[in-house]
Amino acid sequence: MAHCPECEAAITVQGLLVGEITYCPDCNAELEVLRLEPPAVALAPQVEEDWGE
Amino acid sequence: MRLAILTSRIRVEERLLIDALRQRAIAFDIVDDGELLLDLSHPDERWREYDAVLCRSMSQSRGLAMLHVLEHWGVRVYNPATVTATCNDKLLTTLALLRAGIPTPHTMLAFDSQVAMKGMDMLSYPVVLKPTSGSWGRLLARINDRDAAEAVLEHRETLGSYQHHIHYIQEYIAKPQRDIRAFVVGERTICAIYRTSEHWVTNTARGAVASNCPVTPELDSLCMRAAHAVGGGILAIDVLEDERRGLLVNEINATMEFRNSIAPTGVDIPNAMLDYVLGCVQEEAVR
Repeated sequence: MAHCPECEAAITVQGLLVGEITYCPDCNAELEVLRLEPPAVALAPQVEEDWGE
Repeated sequence: MRLAILTSRIRVEERLLIDALRQRAIAFDIVDDGELLLDLSHPDERWREYDAVLCRSMSQSRGLAMLHVLEHWGVRVYNPATVTATCNDKLLTTLALLRAGIPTPHTMLAFDSQVAMKGMDMLSYPVVLKPTSGSWGRLLARINDRDAAEAVLEHRETLGSYQHHIHYIQEYIAKPQRDIRAFVVGERTICAIYRTSEHWVTNTARGAVASNCPVTPELDSLCMRAAHAVGGGILAIDVLEDERRGLLVNEINATMEFRNSIAPTGVDIPNAMLDYVLGCVQEEAVR
């Protein structure tokens, strides 16, 4: 079980991929999956100027 | 068959593509662009294992750089670097559309704020000022009068990078609170949505609501011409409805987002993308 870096809520990464974006069920922070084993998440990076379609 | 998906992060779109690949039992790797170190004079053999690389980098600059390198190494990529370079740059897109005689909003370019003001006067207000690169409706400005023009241009020249000193100015199209996003995959416009918003910026990233837009022969023909004008492939074409001139092609996206367009259109966009990529690979293999 990973923990939200913002509010420390428990975050499950089951069924997710490394690099996938998920949301904290408690504080709704946007999180990026860093690792599946052991599970780790970080706050997702802020939008950069060259991001887009 | 083995594919690579180049990503910056895995959004809903990449997840849908990955799920579709798994359903088809096609081998693939996810490659994080942030982890890459490329020795340009020594192609990494790893890339030669892939029949194709699908660029889904959210970073347009990283994605384009990778497409150039992979093409240099002889790796098949989607979309090609030239197509992506044209679509990533609104100026190049406009020039490609004009070259192909495709209706598009009247656009002016200036490099000095005073000269840009002259262009805005000539187009008559309101006008739209855009950065030549960028996406999701970021940093678009609808300029309603000269006072606003002075303010926005001064901000751009003072606070912006050199790229924001290239003033790309478009006539404002009084569209009916919506625009059209059409999805072209290969030689077909597979579906389209209306993006409706009370705001003049109608990107779904900015809260516009998606609903199905019928692909009429007129829309299909225009979108196919627009797609060919930039080199073709897997593209999202943004179209404006002008009361007097009809449909105008505004922008073209080479790394399209489609999460909001599957439900309203009923079209399986990720599988259509894979059909196209796999079809091209197989076609190449029998040559």
